[in-house]
Amino acid sequence: MSTVATINKASPLDALQRWLPKLVLAPSMLIVLVGFYGYILWTFVLSFTNSSFMPSYKWVGLAQYARLMENDRWWVASKNLLLFGGMFIAISLVIGVLLAILLDQRIRREGFIRTIYLYPMALSMIVTGTAWKWLLNPGLGLDKMLRDWGWEGFRLDWLVDPDRVVYCLVIAAVWQASGFVMALFLAGLRGVDQSIIRAAQVDGASLPSIYLRIVLPSLRPVFFSALMILAHIAIKSFDLVAAMTAGGPGYASDLPAMFMYSFTFSRGQMGMGSASAILMLGAILSILVPYLYSELRNKRHD
Amino acid sequence: MNAINRLAAVISLASLLPLSAVAAANGMVEVTHWWTSGGEAAAVKTLKEQVEKDGFTWKDNAVAGGGGAAAMTVLKSRAVAGNPPGAAQIKGPDIQEWGALGLLTELDDVSRANNWDALLPKKVAQIMQYDGHYVAVPVNIHRVNWLWINPQVFDKAGAKVPTTLDELFAAADKLKAAGFIPLAHGGQPWQDSTVFEDLVLSILGPQGYHKAFVELDEDTLTGAQMVKVFETLKRLGTYMDPNRAGRDWNIAAAEVINGKAGMQIMGDWAKSEWTAAGKVAGKDYQCVAFPGTQGSFAYNIDSLAMFKLKNENDIKAQNDLAKVALEPRFQTVFNQNKGSLPVRQDMDMSQFDACTQKSAVDFKEAEKGDGLQPSMAHNMATSLAVQGAIFDVVTNFFNDPKADPATAVKQLNSAIKSAK
Amino acid sequence: MTRSLAPRSLSFSRLAIYSTLILACALYLIPLIVMLLTSFKSPEDIRTGNLLSWPEVITGIGWIKAWDTVGGYFWNSVKITVPAVVISTLLGALNGYVLSMWRFRGSQLFFGLLLFGCFLPFQTVLLPASFTLGKLGLASTTSGLVLVHIVYGLAFTTLFFRNYYCSVPEALVRAARLDGAGFFTIFGRILLPMSVPIIMVCLIWQFTQIWNDFLFGVVFASGDAQPITVALNNLVNTSTGVKEYNVDMAAAMIAGLPTLLVYVLAGKYFLRGLTAGAVKG
Repeated sequence: MSTVATINKASPLDALQRWLPKLVLAPSMLIVLVGFYGYILWTFVLSFTNSSFMPSYKWVGLAQYARLMENDRWWVASKNLLLFGGMFIAISLVIGVLLAILLDQRIRREGFIRTIYLYPMALSMIVTGTAWKWLLNPGLGLDKMLRDWGWEGFRLDWLVDPDRVVYCLVIAAVWQASGFVMALFLAGLRGVDQSIIRAAQVDGASLPSIYLRIVLPSLRPVFFSALMILAHIAIKSFDLVAAMTAGGPGYASDLPAMFMYSFTFSRGQMGMGSASAILMLGAILSILVPYLYSELRNKRHD
Repeated sequence: MNAINRLAAVISLASLLPLSAVAAANGMVEVTHWWTSGGEAAAVKTLKEQVEKDGFTWKDNAVAGGGGAAAMTVLKSRAVAGNPPGAAQIKGPDIQEWGALGLLTELDDVSRANNWDALLPKKVAQIMQYDGHYVAVPVNIHRVNWLWINPQVFDKAGAKVPTTLDELFAAADKLKAAGFIPLAHGGQPWQDSTVFEDLVLSILGPQGYHKAFVELDEDTLTGAQMVKVFETLKRLGTYMDPNRAGRDWNIAAAEVINGKAGMQIMGDWAKSEWTAAGKVAGKDYQCVAFPGTQGSFAYNIDSLAMFKLKNENDIKAQNDLAKVALEPRFQTVFNQNKGSLPVRQDMDMSQFDACTQKSAVDFKEAEKGDGLQPSMAHNMATSLAVQGAIFDVVTNFFNDPKADPATAVKQLNSAIKSAK
Repeated sequence: MTRSLAPRSLSFSRLAIYSTLILACALYLIPLIVMLLTSFKSPEDIRTGNLLSWPEVITGIGWIKAWDTVGGYFWNSVKITVPAVVISTLLGALNGYVLSMWRFRGSQLFFGLLLFGCFLPFQTVLLPASFTLGKLGLASTTSGLVLVHIVYGLAFTTLFFRNYYCSVPEALVRAARLDGAGFFTIFGRILLPMSVPIIMVCLIWQFTQIWNDFLFGVVFASGDAQPITVALNNLVNTSTGVKEYNVDMAAAMIAGLPTLLVYVLAGKYFLRGLTAGAVKG
C-alpha cells in the first residue's frame, strides 16, 4: 500500500518529495543488490565451475554438488548444524524466557542481576571460545577442579569425545546468548498490559498458566526477534568453533560454515566450497522464506 | 559494472576520507607470513632489521592461525583485489599454483648475482622455480621424521631408544608400566597426519612413500601394507593421552620436557621448545630418526614467494629481501631459532647443535638415493585438496575408536580420487 | 517501575526464585572470574593451582605483556569501529524511516531481501568483496574495512529502526505532512527526537558486532592496520613457545573491555530501548 499516493498533490516540489524516500533508500538498495545478491550470484556461478585454487570459469555442471554429496565430512557438518542450531536456539529460548519471567517478579537489585546475565553477549566469540575451551578442557579445567575438590569419579571429557563435542559448543553458545534473549523477553514482558493478567488472576487462573496461556502468546513478535538473532548467531558460530575445537576431534564438530571456509580458502577446492555455500543458503532460504512471508504479510501498520 | 563501481566509489568517498595508501618513497616490501611466535618472531625480526638497514621499509603482515590457513585466506583475497603483498610465506606445490596464475615475479637478477644455483640443493631449487625461473626464496629445510626422547624418563622406566617399530612399542610398554605417558601428542589433523606419514615412510619405505603420496598410486594406497599402517597408527594411539584433542604440539612437547611423557613424534621445530626450556641436545634430550626411517628425510621447506609489483622502488626492496634471506647471517639466526637446517650448502655447521648437525649429514646421505621425500602432512607432496582429503580420513580414523583399518584404506583411496 | 504479579511475601516460591536467579548469576560469572584470576597469576601458579584458586602472588606481568603486544592495535579498532557504527546507524535510521512511513511498491520486498542478509554467512562474500574493494582502490585500507562493516551491518540497523518506527502512530506523521512538512523535516523534528532509545540499542549492537569482528578484520586489514581481535588471535594462536595463559587471558580481557564497559554502563538504556519498541514487530 503506498501511503504517499493518498495525499499527493501535483507540484514540482511534491514530485521531489515523492521521489525522496526512494532516493534515500537507493544507496542501501544498491548495496543490498550488489553486496548481498550480486555476491551470492557470483558464488552460485562458481559452484558450477571447476574453480580450484582461484576462481575460474570452466563449466562442470553439477559435478561439484555430486562430490559434495559423497563427502562424509559434509554430512557430519550438516548434521552438526541441525543439532547445534536446534539445541542452541531451543535452550537459549527456554533459559531466556525463564530468567525473564523470574526477573519480572519484583526482584531486588534487578539491574545488577540483569547486567550479569547480559554481559557475555558483549564478548567476541573468539574470547568466549578461548575461555570455554579452557574451562571444559579435561585434565585442566572444571574436570580437574571438581576432582581436586574431592569428587573423585567426576569426568568431563566432552571436548575430546567425538560424540559429545557438539554439546560443548552448545554450552558455550548458550552461555553467550541466553542473557540477551532474557533481555528481549524482559522488555516484552514490561510491555504487557497488566489489567489482562489481573483479570485472569481474579478468574482464579494460576500464575504459570497465566504466563503460558496469556502472556507468552502475546509476545509473538519477541519470539520472532529472538529467533532471528539466535539464528544469526548460530550461523555465525564459525568463530566459536574455530577458537574452541577447530572442528575436532577429527572433524566431529565441523559446521557447514567451517567446511565452506576451509575448502574455499585453505584447501583450494573453491568450486566445492561454493557449492556448499549455496546449499547452506538454500537450507536457510527454505526455512526463512515462508516464515518471513507470513510475518511480513500479517503485520499491519497500526 | 563500471558505472556501478564508479557510483560505489562516490558513495564511499562521501563517507570515508583516505583512499589507497601512498607508496613509501624509498621502497617498501610487505611480507605476509605466519611466523608469529617466540623464536620464529625473533627470527623474522632479524630479517626485518637487515632489510631496514639496507634502507627499505618493511611492512609486517603477520596472520597467525591454522598453520597458515588464515594467512592463505588473506593472500587469496588480496590477490583477487589485485593488491598482493611483495612477499608471502608460500611453500611446496603451492608455488607452482601461484606461478601458474601469473602472479609471481621472476627473480633472475638476484638469483644470478648471488649464484643461487650453486648455493641451493638441486631438489630445493626445483621447488623454488616456476617455468625455469626462481620465483621464491627458500629459508630453511625442516626434517619431519624425528622422534624426541627424554632420556631421564627412559632411564626411570628402563626403556631403550627404539630403532624399529617393534622396539618403539616395547619402549612404550615399559613407559606405560612405569606410569608415564609413552607418547605425547596433540590431537590436531596435521599432527595426526605427521604420525601417519612417518608410519608410511617406516613401513612402505621411501619408494613406497613416493608412490603413495607423490604418485598417488592406487595399488599402493589400497595395498596390504597401507592397512598395516592404519593398524599401527591405531595401536600407537593407545599409547597417547586420551585428552589430546585440539592440543597444540608445543603443549605436548612440554610434557616430554617436564618428564611427564617419554617421547614425541614431531618435526625438528620441536627443538625450539627444548632450547627455550634451556635443555641441551644430546644431553637433556635425544633426537633420533623415527623408528624405521633411518636414512630417509621427509622435508618441509619454508619459503617466501615474491609477487609482481609495479612500483620500481618497491621492487628494489623486494629484491633486497630475496638477497638477505639467503645470507649466512640470517640463515644462522633463523635456523637456530627454528630448529631447522640452513638451506645454503656452504654454511659452517659448527654453530649448530648436535641434532641439526646430524640432520645435515642425513640430508646429504638421503639426497644421494631415494631417501629425500616431500612431507605430505606439511604440504610439500600433494595439492592442498588431496592433502585435505588425506587429513580428513586419517584424523577421523585416529579419533574414532571403532574405526576399521581396512575400511579406512578404501576411504583414503576414494577421498584422494575425488579430490584429484 | 517494576510491577509484579506475585504477592510480596517471603514464601517458599520467592526463595526458590531468588536461589535460581543467584545460581544463574554464578554460572554466568564463572568464566569471567576464571579469566580474571588467571590473568593475574604467574605461569607457575597456573600449572599447579586449579581454575578458581586464588593467585599465590597477584602479578600484573600478564597484563603488561599483553598490552605490549596487542595494545597498539586497540586504537586501530577504535578508528574502524567509530565511523562504521555511526554511519551504519544513520543509514539504518533513514532506511527504517522510509520503510515504515513512506512505503512504496516493492519496499516490503526490499525489506525482506534485506532481512535475508542477516543470515548471509560472511565467508561467502569474502572473495567478491575483496574484488570490489580492489576495484575501488580500497583494498587493505581502514576505509575499506569501514565500508564493509557498514554494508553488512545495514540489515540489522534497518531492522531495528523499521520495527521501532512501525510502533509510532502514523497519524503523527500524516498530520505533519498535511501541515506541509517535508520528508527530512518530519524525520528531523518528529522521529529523531523520539528515537533515542532505539539509537542506543543500535549503537550498542553495532559497536559489539564491529568491535568483535574477526573475519573481515583479518582479511581486509593488513599489517599495522589490523584490529585488536586479529592481534589477539595472533597472540593466542602462536604455534611455538610456552603457552602463557595469563597473557592470553589478559589480552582477551583487554580486547573485551570496551564492549564489556558499554554493556555494563549502557545496559540500562539498552533494555529501555528494547522496551520502547525494538522488540515489537
